[in-house]
Amino acid sequence: MSFQIFENDFWSINETITKLLKMTNAISVLLIDKAGQLITSTGDISQLDTTAFASLSAADFAATNQLAKLVGEKNFNTLFHQGENKNLYVQLIADKVILVVVFDSRTSLGLVRVRIKHATDELNAIIQDIMNKIKTNKDENVVGLDTDFKKQAESELDELFK
Amino acid sequence: MSLINYASREISCKIVYYGPGLGGKTTNIKYIYSKISPNAKGNLISLATELDRTLFFDFLPVNLGNIRGFKTRFHLYTVPGQVYYNASRKLILKGVDGIIFVADSQVERLEDNIDSLQNMLENLQEYNLNLASVPLVLQYNKRDLPNISTVDELENILNPQKLSSFEAVAVQGIGVFETLKAISKLVIRNLS
Ligand SMILES: Nc1nc2c(ncn2[C@@H]2O[C@H](COP(=O)(O)OP(=O)(O)OP(=O)(O)O)[C@@H](O)[C@H]2O)c(=O)[nH]1
Ligand SMILES: [Mg+2]
Repeated sequence: MSFQIFENDFWSINETITKLLKMTNAISVLLIDKAGQLITSTGDISQLDTTAFASLSAADFAATNQLAKLVGEKNFNTLFHQGENKNLYVQLIADKVILVVVFDSRTSLGLVRVRIKHATDELNAIIQDIMNKIKTNKDENVVGLDTDFKKQAESELDELFK
Repeated sequence: MSLINYASREISCKIVYYGPGLGGKTTNIKYIYSKISPNAKGNLISLATELDRTLFFDFLPVNLGNIRGFKTRFHLYTVPGQVYYNASRKLILKGVDGIIFVADSQVERLEDNIDSLQNMLENLQEYNLNLASVPLVLQYNKRDLPNISTVDELENILNPQKLSSFEAVAVQGIGVFETLKAISKLVIRNLS
């Protein structure tokens, strides 16, 4: 079963993270699934390899969570990486996706932390909602992945890997 | 678990190269990276030890292009094959959509192949996954070396389910794309 994100949910997510970006004056905000795939991002990502970033963030988060277990914590829901100029704040949402805020000295850790709390509540609700939809599979939008799609994908594969 | 985004029209799937240490997983992914056209690939990320053994994973995103309006991508990962890196290996399996098991054909590595395959099944089990839900293909690598098991032997021992399997010499690129193509098709068919 896939993690499916539908039009409306996607726009709600984007609205929330764009608000977070503006309120914090961060550089960028990214939402990543636990398997390392980028769901969406906002802000200045022109200098960022977002695909690699997503993959590494998910791995970083997964590794840190195992560390938590080793010291007897259930998990570390937040991570903070501090650099000379840039910092990362990483937050788990609904046990399913990872929110990453990239920021520098134009804002403060305190502000980022407070604003992430707000955003987390909103995103929690949206992601929960998505998960329920996927479970009940009632959404009208589950289209596109029919046999035609699969056939075309296969010939695309033949072309790419010939 | 593949990600299907109906708003941005994107699909991404995760394929993992699994198998014993030094079997040739990283070699597979490096060969793919070297051959695929620049617009169909992203950066290759390798988290390796100083001696070039995989420490956490290698990662290579591959773009399939636009399929009926969906930008479709495969994310290729390798796990660290060395036995004592199991904690990391397990993490990489999270959300896997398809697995390539890279076996080392050398006779003296047979036991290691069996152990690694068993370890893979155990790690999948921890995510409530099994071979009924996750497609698997096998690659018998290092066919260029002198002291190797026959394909029949490997099939009997490693592949009782008669899944697709491929002979390979990953250092020369032989069998690398065949194997990737086979798992990619299974992953696409398995999308739901
Ligand atoms: N002769 C021969 N050597 C190979 C072949 N494929 C890989 N090798 C060599 O085997 C060694 C190990 O290959 P890797 O690709 O690093 O192995 P790995 O499975 O990623 O190993 P870990 O990262 O420890 O899990 C390297 O020296 C490769 O050049 C092959 O087909 N034939
Ligand atoms: Mg390796």
